[in-house]
Amino acid sequence: MMLIPCPWCGPRDESEFHYGGQAGVAYPADPGALSDEQWAHYLFFRDNPKGPFRERWSHSAGCRRWFTLTRDTVTNEVTA
Amino acid sequence: MAERSPLADVDLSDTGDRVTLAEVPFLTQLDVRTSPSSSFPEPGTFRTDELDGEATFIWLGPDEWLVVGPPGAQKRLTERLESGRLESVSDTSVVDVSAQRTTLELRGPGALELLALGCSLDLHPRVFGPGRCAQTTLAHTPVILLQRKHCVTTGEPVFWVLVRASFASHLASWLLDASGDLTAGH
Ligand SMILES: [Zn+2]
Repeated sequence: MMLIPCPWCGPRDESEFHYGGQAGVAYPADPGALSDEQWAHYLFFRDNPKGPFRERWSHSAGCRRWFTLTRDTVTNEVTA
Repeated sequence: MAERSPLADVDLSDTGDRVTLAEVPFLTQLDVRTSPSSSFPEPGTFRTDELDGEATFIWLGPDEWLVVGPPGAQKRLTERLESGRLESVSDTSVVDVSAQRTTLELRGPGALELLALGCSLDLHPRVFGPGRCAQTTLAHTPVILLQRKHCVTTGEPVFWVLVRASFASHLASWLLDASGDLTAGH
């Protein structure tokens, strides 16, 4: 069981959270101008690093807030 | 139609001699969204406000509180909130969510141990003392947990567990069953 530090509630079991994927994926400024391929890249393509990864989490069974943290995908250590 | 609480048909008496379990039905519950201000409790805490009589303000999130009061106080508390502490704040909402949850009260020397059987939070009084609250899971059920006070005669903590109406009988069954696993004495 991972302990995930909610910025509002402190460390809680991972079962209280939902995972939201990579952080910082910006919505396209002009979606209509994108090709199908560019749109597919926006929707489905994500980094998959071995090591630190900025990602979104929602404390769904607690305060229900979204936040961003950095997790090492090898060790599951949360560093920021 | 007569009002009927979610646990009206559940016998909560069979918990052994170390825990007492009771439903506190029909409490007024108002969900307040507003910008944080000093008049509202800090994260992880709740406060029963002198000004509003029996109104208890429970922290739910950085801009969200649950205001709990006696049965039937929805209108009075909403008016007081809107004309008092929320008057000067522009982006606020008060929503009556009284029917969403019922409340279980746990007291007795085994209350903490019983909760700990299904909850991963550290509920020891040095961490989760009177005035502390948390939204978490108890026996996989989403709950709002309050450490109300220490009983004046025994010094033991009194807990409130606010649980959604549709999960209430499941949680009550789990508490009744788990109370059989409490260790005897201290
Ligand atoms: Zn949280």
